[in-house]
Amino acid sequence: MDFLVSNFESILFFVVAALTVAGGVGVIALKSPVHAALSLLSTFLMVAVLFVLRHAEFLAAVQVLVYAGGIMVLFLFVIMLVNVKGIGPETAFLTRWAPLAIVGGVLVGALLALLVLFGVLAAGSGDVSALQTVDGTVTGNTEAVGITLYTTYLVPFEIVSVVLLVAMIGAIVFGRRDAGLERRSGEAGP
Amino acid sequence: MITANHYVMLSLVLLALGVIGVMMRRNFITVLMSLELIFNAVNLNLIAFSFRLGDLAGQILAIFVITIAAAEAAIGLGLIIALVRLKDTVALDEASEMRS
Repeated sequence: MDFLVSNFESILFFVVAALTVAGGVGVIALKSPVHAALSLLSTFLMVAVLFVLRHAEFLAAVQVLVYAGGIMVLFLFVIMLVNVKGIGPETAFLTRWAPLAIVGGVLVGALLALLVLFGVLAAGSGDVSALQTVDGTVTGNTEAVGITLYTTYLVPFEIVSVVLLVAMIGAIVFGRRDAGLERRSGEAGP
Repeated sequence: MITANHYVMLSLVLLALGVIGVMMRRNFITVLMSLELIFNAVNLNLIAFSFRLGDLAGQILAIFVITIAAAEAAIGLGLIIALVRLKDTVALDEASEMRS
């Protein structure tokens, strides 16, 4: 019991990480898009738990609301809307480039093993209070993120809002029935 | 003790899964979901290093990444609707007109 209590963070991390990876494998391995979407949903929720473990509570809430709530509903809506039939076999996994890919994968793995062995990133365990502090006053994480976002990062925030507007207009244009996409014979548009 | 290393490892695995999905699958919807996996890998890295360095900037950047991911999902799903209207399929191989 003492072991469980004293290592709770580590145990929780490994369980949640395993579930995250399992969800990711499900996304790329499951045949049915609906099953893949539900698998992706579990990955999103597990990533939100990992955010909480790293004291990013506001981001965890945003992850659940935006990803698991918004984007996932959008995916499921489109999947049910287009009613996908079978689209034939997937491409072969092992082609003549496979040896090259294995060499590349081993090299990247070795690089990461070096990273871990020499502990490049491990030194220091982080400062929780720094993530909740604005100008020396300790506040909540959400408050600190909000104050930083609306003062230091105000201009990027406004730019991103314009990007969202452009994406919305783009989605509307693509979704219009008379977007000119159905014309196959190449006559001039209106 | 969980360190930034663990998060980088997990993030790498998620990134690899996402890249495999983007490159291997022919279903447009699954490719978009694999892209979301990649976005999540990036966010995990940002949060881990935000904690490691004690700096809020990583969390702010993660918010921006989530915003762009939402925009990307909207555009991508609009493209799926357009492709289905035009070709009546979601197989990416069918959309190859620009290849001569």
